Amino acid sequence: MKAIKQITIILAFWLAGEAITILTGLPVPGSIIGMIMLVATLELKWIKVDQIEKASNFLIENMAMFFIPAGVGTMCYFDILRKEWLPISVSVIVSIFIVMAVVGLLSQSKNKNHEGNN
Amino acid sequence: MKEIISSPLFHLTITLLFYILMRKLYIRFNYSFLNPILLTIVGLIVILYVTGIPYEAYSQNTKIISFWLGPSVVALGLPLYLNLRKVKKEIWKILLAMTTGSIAGIVSVVLIAWSLGGSREVMLSLAPKSVTTPIAMEISHQIGGIPPLTAAIVITVGIFGAMFGMSFMKLLRIKDPKAIGLGVGAASHGVGTAWISHHGREYSAFGGLGMALNGILTALFTPSIVHWMLNWLH
Repeated sequence: MKAIKQITIILAFWLAGEAITILTGLPVPGSIIGMIMLVATLELKWIKVDQIEKASNFLIENMAMFFIPAGVGTMCYFDILRKEWLPISVSVIVSIFIVMAVVGLLSQSKNKNHEGNN
Repeated sequence: MKEIISSPLFHLTITLLFYILMRKLYIRFNYSFLNPILLTIVGLIVILYVTGIPYEAYSQNTKIISFWLGPSVVALGLPLYLNLRKVKKEIWKILLAMTTGSIAGIVSVVLIAWSLGGSREVMLSLAPKSVTTPIAMEISHQIGGIPPLTAAIVITVGIFGAMFGMSFMKLLRIKDPKAIGLGVGAASHGVGTAWISHHGREYSAFGGLGMALNGILTALFTPSIVHWMLNWLH
């Protein structure tokens, strides 16, 4: 029953997020809105960490697996990928590294031994 | 036999089975090219080809797996909450890094694809490549790309980020889990975040934040940047 309750709370946040997306027409998926609302309600102490902790950890641990069916969909685009493999692969690979480098370098703390800082 | 191989039971079982086996393989050899998500996808594509199962049927039958993507994005709010103090302390720095990263990601992918002779619709499908699938497909649709092609690219980007994100950050001498999380989350959304989350809560917290912020910023910036770039490039 505990697991069902936890999952239900998380689903309710997602549902509320979807409803907000539809009502406001924001170009952001409901799951992201749900995530922001979850942070807000935890911060406001309306719900407690242990009410969602088990389910959240389970979902995060297995998140990569949930992408598999969508990834298999790549098989429908082999034609375009074969024709334009060079611009696609080079631009994507270089751009991923650019994003990682820009965000990582600009957001890192200058203090080198930050682990021992707290 | 035909009934069995076209049943949801068969599709779900092979999906989970492949994933378990490929994870074992990865843990055994611990080599980033053996990324279990990548290997599972490749293995399943081979099976679908061999058995002649159309992707539409497989996709329909495995909706029950894809469904949990939504709740797992919501769940990323928990590690984010647990690290909220660190976020608040550096909120402006984080926002500056994310805004610059988002714009750099859109501009670089379109510019490079263009310089190598990519077609217009491929360039438009590539523009939102770093953000989570539902946002990326929405942006792709908005600017005139091919949304399912965008989804395929986005997953590939995620796997690539998962495979090389950590080592690339190490190469840049970035050791701060906050910066690694934000960078990998921004560049390779949920797949990258899922992957680095094994290293600890701080990674999943900032991975989730990087993915959420880049999703929102990219949705805001892409239409005007792409419009401007296409005018300028032609």
